[in-house]
Amino acid sequence: MKTRRDFIKISALGTAGAAVATSAFSTVKAGSLFDWGEKTPLDDSEFIRTATYCEVCFWKCAGWTYSTSKGDIVKILGNEDDPHCNGRLCPRGTGGVGMFTDKDRLRNPLIRVRKEDGKSVFRDASWDEALDLIAKKFKEIAGKHGPESIALFNHGSSGKHFGHLLKAFGSSNITAPSYAQCRGPREVGFVATYGAGVGSPEPTDIRDTECMVLIGSHLGENMHNGQVQEMSEAIDKGATIITVDPRYSTAASKSKFWLPIKPSTDLALLLAWIHVIIYEELYDKEYVKKYTYGFDKLKKHVKNMTPEWAYGITTIKPDIIRKTAREMGDASPAVIVHPGRHVTWYGDDTQRSRAIAILNGLLGSWGRRGGFYLKESIKIPKYPTPKYPKPKWSWKDALDGKYPLAGLSVANGFIDATIPSEENKYQLHAWIVSGTNLPLTMPDKDTLNEAMNALDFMVVVDTMPMEITGYADVVLPECTYLERYDDIRSAPHREPNIALRSPAVKPKYDSKPAWWMAKELGNKLGLEKYFPWNDFEEVISYQLEELGTSLDEMKVIGVKKFDREYGGLYMGDGEDFEFNTNTGKIELFSTELAALGFDPMPKYTEHPEPPSGYYRLIYGRAPMHTFSRTANNQNLVDLMGENNLWVNPKVANIWELTNGQEVWLENQDGAVSKFPIKVRITERIRWDSIYMVHGFGHSNRKLSNAFGKGVNDSELITTVMVDPIMGGTGMRGNFVTFLTEDPGKEIES
Amino acid sequence: MRYAMAIDTKKCVGCSDCVVACQTENNVPHGYCRDWVVEVMDGTYPNLEMEIRSERCNHCDNSPCVRCCPTGASHYADGGIIKVKPHKCIGCGACIQSCPYDARYSHPDGYVDKCTFCKHRVDKGEDPSCVSVCPTNCMYFGDLDDPASDVSKALRNRKYKALAPEAGTKPQIFYLI
Repeated sequence: MKTRRDFIKISALGTAGAAVATSAFSTVKAGSLFDWGEKTPLDDSEFIRTATYCEVCFWKCAGWTYSTSKGDIVKILGNEDDPHCNGRLCPRGTGGVGMFTDKDRLRNPLIRVRKEDGKSVFRDASWDEALDLIAKKFKEIAGKHGPESIALFNHGSSGKHFGHLLKAFGSSNITAPSYAQCRGPREVGFVATYGAGVGSPEPTDIRDTECMVLIGSHLGENMHNGQVQEMSEAIDKGATIITVDPRYSTAASKSKFWLPIKPSTDLALLLAWIHVIIYEELYDKEYVKKYTYGFDKLKKHVKNMTPEWAYGITTIKPDIIRKTAREMGDASPAVIVHPGRHVTWYGDDTQRSRAIAILNGLLGSWGRRGGFYLKESIKIPKYPTPKYPKPKWSWKDALDGKYPLAGLSVANGFIDATIPSEENKYQLHAWIVSGTNLPLTMPDKDTLNEAMNALDFMVVVDTMPMEITGYADVVLPECTYLERYDDIRSAPHREPNIALRSPAVKPKYDSKPAWWMAKELGNKLGLEKYFPWNDFEEVISYQLEELGTSLDEMKVIGVKKFDREYGGLYMGDGEDFEFNTNTGKIELFSTELAALGFDPMPKYTEHPEPPSGYYRLIYGRAPMHTFSRTANNQNLVDLMGENNLWVNPKVANIWELTNGQEVWLENQDGAVSKFPIKVRITERIRWDSIYMVHGFGHSNRKLSNAFGKGVNDSELITTVMVDPIMGGTGMRGNFVTFLTEDPGKEIES
Repeated sequence: MRYAMAIDTKKCVGCSDCVVACQTENNVPHGYCRDWVVEVMDGTYPNLEMEIRSERCNHCDNSPCVRCCPTGASHYADGGIIKVKPHKCIGCGACIQSCPYDARYSHPDGYVDKCTFCKHRVDKGEDPSCVSVCPTNCMYFGDLDDPASDVSKALRNRKYKALAPEAGTKPQIFYLI
């Protein structure tokens, strides 16, 4: 008999385990409602319901916070009118409560003091003192180097407020790792093809697709809520899913075809698919004729890129390549070759994304039902403030012609620009870091450390004592999304819609919302005219009234949908359509890339392979965590408290590894993991690779749940293959070996 | 009336939202759970199969936990839902041992706790919390005696199985396969 004791439980909750903590919600225990001694939770109507949208990840699902009159938050449920979640939050959204209750939260401002022995510590400070210090330093640095030398690294809603502050101060140097460390290449690849990026949420019409192709994208493990919901709907309707992944991902287990590709060879497979689709005439002929440019050139380009050619590179058999191409052709145009999201892998990622975009173009899926819908969003009216001053230079100048197609700023470019050198004419001297934990986000930790050491001043804004706070001069404690207003959410979707975030309870401790910090700092910098409101409620109220609604209405409904203004969800049959490219067509041959001297059509290039005894480091996501930001959240730690190292049984056999054994990892450049990671022997990973979930291995002792739990993949990513087209940091070219003995690494923090 | 649940293993991605939603809905203490996710692998690379499923108390028709409970704390409630009266429970743990599904745990407050099918919600006509939150919509709940219920409809058109049927407990959680 199989019982669950025989299986690997994803939720490693011991039913016989010791009590970890008492309930955080003791005040809502329903002792008074005992019915024959049965404990019954309170009815939802007994709680206060407040509209919000989630900040645990970038999907920003709208929901309702349920709280008590005593100021406890009990639970968070999805808003049924929200197209991002349809009333169903993901585990992180449901577990967002844990961000609010986290006992390790930053409680008050902190200022670094250097001790005589050279070590530095933090001391508590008042808001006034902390903000005064920041204002003083910013004025000093701006006086010496110009306001442009102050930069912002951000992720999420709070960064917007500091972005406004910096622009008012005279700097447009604002960046987010979500571009060059994540989805940037696909945006550039799609812009080069369609004249439009993919954006977020991706306008993939998954619910009506007949065939979806995932290239290393592990939907379901990356819990992009609306997409996962639609994938489930598509499975219900019998859609074909084709998953290309060296790992047997959750999506692979749901797929009709799983192509266990040799890592780093995806582009060869894509080109072979293009070959089959063209030479077997599986493409959408009318669509290609009417809307695309460069078909004949492409046909010639892929002439020799046969499935047999790709077999030798990818290890995927030619008949499988043909069969899957025919599946796509049969489903055309209701087919999605998914652009993915985290695509910074091998440095030729824009070209791989181009191949994906081209494939979709041939199949006629862009603008078609079951392919990519034409998204629409609501433009949120700007609260009237004066025009920003014009900065003398920006990050574009600092890049000096490098990465010509970077549509957004490149975080690694900012790091490079912070390191002084003779060539560096545009040096950054101060950073604000808001909501992004750079040491667990950026590859190439030595360059990051060099930049942070060179900085004159760093302000970190976060809710938690993330590793980045340890490098700050001033740390500002932000309240969680459940305790604050933020900008109105407007995201492109099938129906344009907006969502409100409003505070369910007062900020805990001495934490504050980012809008308040930005405004106070603005006042101290003499920028009062850019903050002509008393609080953010005023800004939102103005904007909502301009949109024909009101704060009162939004507090009741949370989400409001609007009618589409620019036509249908899909292109009409034979409808004239001008794409925003040089030719006005979908560019199978990119005139823009050609003009810049890049390959106008993607080519396969070989990438380094693991040396003997080393395995390719592949990292990914787990559905219950977001990057490194949730690793201390008790609700989510309950589900997954550390990452494991996936090792193929053949490899485990060679190394004599056992399940649950702790190993340290060393990469090709000699970088060694700070902490050990537990081995999970599984058939789900290829023998030439190992896999781990990103975001663990925290080294700040103040994160009591997360400290020392698992390995931080970022510290093992020291070789970076930079995309010459847009500056993306390819991170899948790192190889690790196992150390079974403790290398005795010192933990600094 | 016979409450039951059907869970579609073809759709479940193992995200564990059911687990955290149950915790916040039912105030389950950290470190414990009333439901959990199981992943079963079969085969060798690259010929693999995997089943993912959310598990919980099976609210059996022939429940060893009710039979062995010395105080009557474990009992059948309306619709066959198995519940525990905490004030009657002496925490002896006999039910924990008797359950073939490992569905019960000792609550730190001194009684045995488990899934209630969110009876407090079901009584109001709502789905259990795990069902209503599931992003993949892979769970169906309702009355087996009602042919129009979600669970009856789900079971009508698909192959399904129950866990450990050989234990003879007549479990009421069904897995669509």
